[in-house]
Amino acid sequence: MNISYRWLKELAPTINETPQEIADRLAMLGAPVDEVIDIGASIGDVVIARTVSVERHPNADRLSLCQVDAGGEILQVVCGAPNVRANAYYPFAPVGSSLPGGVQIKKAKIRGSESQGMLCSARELNLGRDHDGILELHGDFTLGQQFIEAVGLNDARIVVDVTPNRGDLLSHWGVAREVAPGGQSDLRLKFGAELPAPEQTTGTGKAARISIRIDDPDLCRRYIGVAIEGVKIGPSPEWLASRLRAIGSRPINNVVDATNFVLHELGQPLHAFDLDRIGKNEIIIRRAQVDEQITTLDGENRKLTAGMLVIADGDRASAIAGVMGGRDSEVTEATTNILLECALFEPKQIRKTRTAIGLSTDASYRFERGVDPDTMSVAVQRVIGLIIETAGGKVTGATDVYPNPMERTAVRVRPERVSKLLGKQFSATEIGSLLEPIGFAGKLDGKELVVDVPGHRVYDVAKEVDVIEEIARRYGYNNFDTALLPFRPSGVPDDVLSKLETSLRDMMVARGFMEARTTPFAPAEDGDVELMHPLSSAESKLRRSLLPGLLKRVEYNLYRGVRNVRLFEIGTAFAPGSDRPSETTRIAAVFTGLRTPPHWTGDSGNQDVWDLKGLVEDIAAALGIGTVQVEILGAGLGKDYIDAPAWAGEIFGFEALLPATGFAAERITYQAVPQFPAIEQDIALIVPEALSSELVERTIRQAAGIYLESVHAFDLYRGAGIPAGTRSIAYRLRFRASDRTLTDKDADEAVGKVLNRLNDEHGVERRG
Amino acid sequence: MADITAQLTDIERKAREAIEKADSLDAIEAARVKYLGRKEGQLTGMMKQLAQLSAEEKPKAGAEINRVKNILTELLDARQADAEARAAALAPREDLTLPARHVWHGAKHPVTLVIDEICEVFRTLGFTRARGPEAETEWYNFTALNTPLDHPAADMHDTFYLSPGVLLRSHTSPVQIRTMQNFQPPIRVVIPGMCYRRDPFDASHAPAFEQLEGLVVDEGITFVDFKGTLAEFARRMFGSSTKTRFRPSFFPFTEPSAEVDVSCTICGGNGCSACKGTGWIEIMGSGMVHPNVFEHVNYDAEKYTGYAFGMGPARIAMLLYGIPDIRLLYDSDTRFLEQFSGQ
Repeated sequence: MNISYRWLKELAPTINETPQEIADRLAMLGAPVDEVIDIGASIGDVVIARTVSVERHPNADRLSLCQVDAGGEILQVVCGAPNVRANAYYPFAPVGSSLPGGVQIKKAKIRGSESQGMLCSARELNLGRDHDGILELHGDFTLGQQFIEAVGLNDARIVVDVTPNRGDLLSHWGVAREVAPGGQSDLRLKFGAELPAPEQTTGTGKAARISIRIDDPDLCRRYIGVAIEGVKIGPSPEWLASRLRAIGSRPINNVVDATNFVLHELGQPLHAFDLDRIGKNEIIIRRAQVDEQITTLDGENRKLTAGMLVIADGDRASAIAGVMGGRDSEVTEATTNILLECALFEPKQIRKTRTAIGLSTDASYRFERGVDPDTMSVAVQRVIGLIIETAGGKVTGATDVYPNPMERTAVRVRPERVSKLLGKQFSATEIGSLLEPIGFAGKLDGKELVVDVPGHRVYDVAKEVDVIEEIARRYGYNNFDTALLPFRPSGVPDDVLSKLETSLRDMMVARGFMEARTTPFAPAEDGDVELMHPLSSAESKLRRSLLPGLLKRVEYNLYRGVRNVRLFEIGTAFAPGSDRPSETTRIAAVFTGLRTPPHWTGDSGNQDVWDLKGLVEDIAAALGIGTVQVEILGAGLGKDYIDAPAWAGEIFGFEALLPATGFAAERITYQAVPQFPAIEQDIALIVPEALSSELVERTIRQAAGIYLESVHAFDLYRGAGIPAGTRSIAYRLRFRASDRTLTDKDADEAVGKVLNRLNDEHGVERRG
Repeated sequence: MADITAQLTDIERKAREAIEKADSLDAIEAARVKYLGRKEGQLTGMMKQLAQLSAEEKPKAGAEINRVKNILTELLDARQADAEARAAALAPREDLTLPARHVWHGAKHPVTLVIDEICEVFRTLGFTRARGPEAETEWYNFTALNTPLDHPAADMHDTFYLSPGVLLRSHTSPVQIRTMQNFQPPIRVVIPGMCYRRDPFDASHAPAFEQLEGLVVDEGITFVDFKGTLAEFARRMFGSSTKTRFRPSFFPFTEPSAEVDVSCTICGGNGCSACKGTGWIEIMGSGMVHPNVFEHVNYDAEKYTGYAFGMGPARIAMLLYGIPDIRLLYDSDTRFLEQFSGQ
């Protein structure tokens, strides 16, 4: 919401803060300000000038040679605007002045003619996008007077960010009520003309020759129609045009500008129809018919659906209710009679309609957030005054169709509930003095306070807690104590999965991995759960696994010249479920490149499948998975996912499910450390390729007797001296007894049994 | 005997001279061989001459030879120790300015670092950690949180739907509901987790991002507790001189609602580009739990009060580490991630 500082002060003359001070205070009242713009700052040099004569430039068809009076001697100015004419007022940038964007005006020769300054367009003055021609000013002016002073643009624009619950702040009136020292009692509104009391009716009414009917009073609660005849459409006076420019709105003509002005002043959207273009002299507020169409003011042809509400005449829809008027009944330069609409629509209906047609307007924005039912007649009075002042004419009929006047329920507030929630006592008097300035009225009923909610807050304040928030807000959040009070510790047990995640993260980081966070959106082939409206068709599903996405990240790094990549992620994978998708938390890791950073001793090798197996076994242990079997399913699996550069090394990866219940290793029980020394023996075996080392090791364990403490393979050799189809694997066996020192003889005996068993069961021989 | 004595004196003199002159380990070894060597050594040769002596002379002469041998051995040893020391002093040393052998250094993600730090601060304030599903129903994501689906507040959540009524949660707040359904007060939890909104990636938006929710419910919790706890969090998280400011705001599931600003962590509140000159940085949305929310989980809203808050760890990470673009957090560029090693 754009607020003009001068407009605000006009409504509330008691305001004497600067625009920035108002902005700061609004922020603390719940409406943060995005920016405060000094509108006149960059156009202070521009003055009022009048064209004395305009002739065609001798050397250019599209240029004009103007004699300009800016309060001193007559100046020759070359102007390229198509709309320049003699005897009109324009903003004029004299030689030596500067314009927005750092433009400096200098004496120039254009196509051989001297030009002593520039007549300006709205865009050149940063007052809008309009650059079709220069900005013609309407009214009487003092030549040479500062432009911003003359038209009232020595003003500031305060850009307020209004939360959805505060529709009342979408007007100058509402903001003034919030910030004026005395609240709404400080507010003043000048009425230009008296409104003949409209006839109050239910369901139908008549404004002059137009009859008005509400078919659906749930969606349109109230409709005030006023006929004004004999208006003369023309440009608005500069004071009015400037108000609209100050808030970034573009003036159109006096009638339309008057309705826009009142929308921004009082927050009530209004619409003016050309009275003579209302078919069959009737206005019907009804739902749209199937296949009904309308061309709206913006020139778009729009298809309507049965759920939408329209304002129709006897023939067809002439406006989309609360959103935008129709082109057929638009007020044009030829219009002489108008019908003014001041209506109250159901917020949800307007939201539904504007969402369906994809069009948000100043009007729909306000109706959606709730328009004050109490301001409607004031708004009508205000706009009639403005129209008669700027366009003439007179009111020839008015009707107020209000089938079911809105009921108000008072809100009961218990002072002890206020202190229970806010931690501070407020007396009824204190509450009254906080809330009355913004329109609430309260009276005591026993111990309780009965609060009447003003029309501008009925959409937001309906319950006791809503009033309590208003008390806190108006008292000032920062005026409450900020104390760390005693508390009871949480009764909710700590999430076990988070603990597991943390220990896995620590483990991966200790092993040199970097944590990635990727999005779970996946291409169709990598997911089973579909998004209804994905951001792109390339990411139309939710991932079933983390690994493909991580591999993509490896590719990203490889193509940035990083050869050593170690990434892991802990995240969610999705699978179809019953009422909603089922989720699993997973850990995945990918790596490629050197095992350790390169060293000048040359002893760092590339990571290989044994690094992967070790990592997987350690992660499995951390997840409480007993044994892990690693198998090669096929080479080049990752190639489906990744387009690695030729120089890239092999890429390894794994993914594991985290148990939903978390996992913590069991508490360890101390075992006595060995008292007697161990004895070791190495045996090299000729093992057929088809026989797994695991099986050999198992046989050794079975045959070696009770003193065997450990066995591990420490060497593997294929080649000269080893028969084809076999390999030599060397195992180191360590023996230890808990009650004595073993001798070589003990070890020899055990090894002998081992060799016999290996030979018997697998035909394995000791390497000669 | 006299002959032997004379020879011995001569050998001793010559040997002393030779040892004196020997200035290398090789020369010392040569002298040792020449005089004390087992085969050719001159002093060893003297021992062989003992056989020619009488039984009386033998012990005397033997003792004399041994005396000289001991002297020479001592001299040689001393000379050798000297030479070795000199040689050691001259030998090339290991150049320890060469690079060491390292292992790769891993790194936690900066957003994880921030989440862990926040959770740790809240742990010291009596909070536990909770979690909930990322795929949610409309009821948990909106309705139970007092957000009618046709209210303009729903504009703030441009949501990813999976099927009618089922969506990717647009905030972590549905876990408030699940926590209250499963447990009774006192509740003090923080809930970090992923959230999803239909915002394409740009410098300050991501379609998937982390949020950290907090919920406190108990008897006697007031607006003062709420302010006090969050101000204490801000001091423990951002530094003991951090100031806090509470501004009225609107969230359907809290009332009164507040935005929480902290004094700018970069300029300390004087105004800089990070705080757009205001001296304040908005870090969370918060408020007292709305009674309608309590009604949805069958809590007695007259008995219990509470507060809730939510913040964006990614945004806080960007602030704390000076990261200019949110996409850096989700690109997984190792040259970015490795900067957080050791944090």
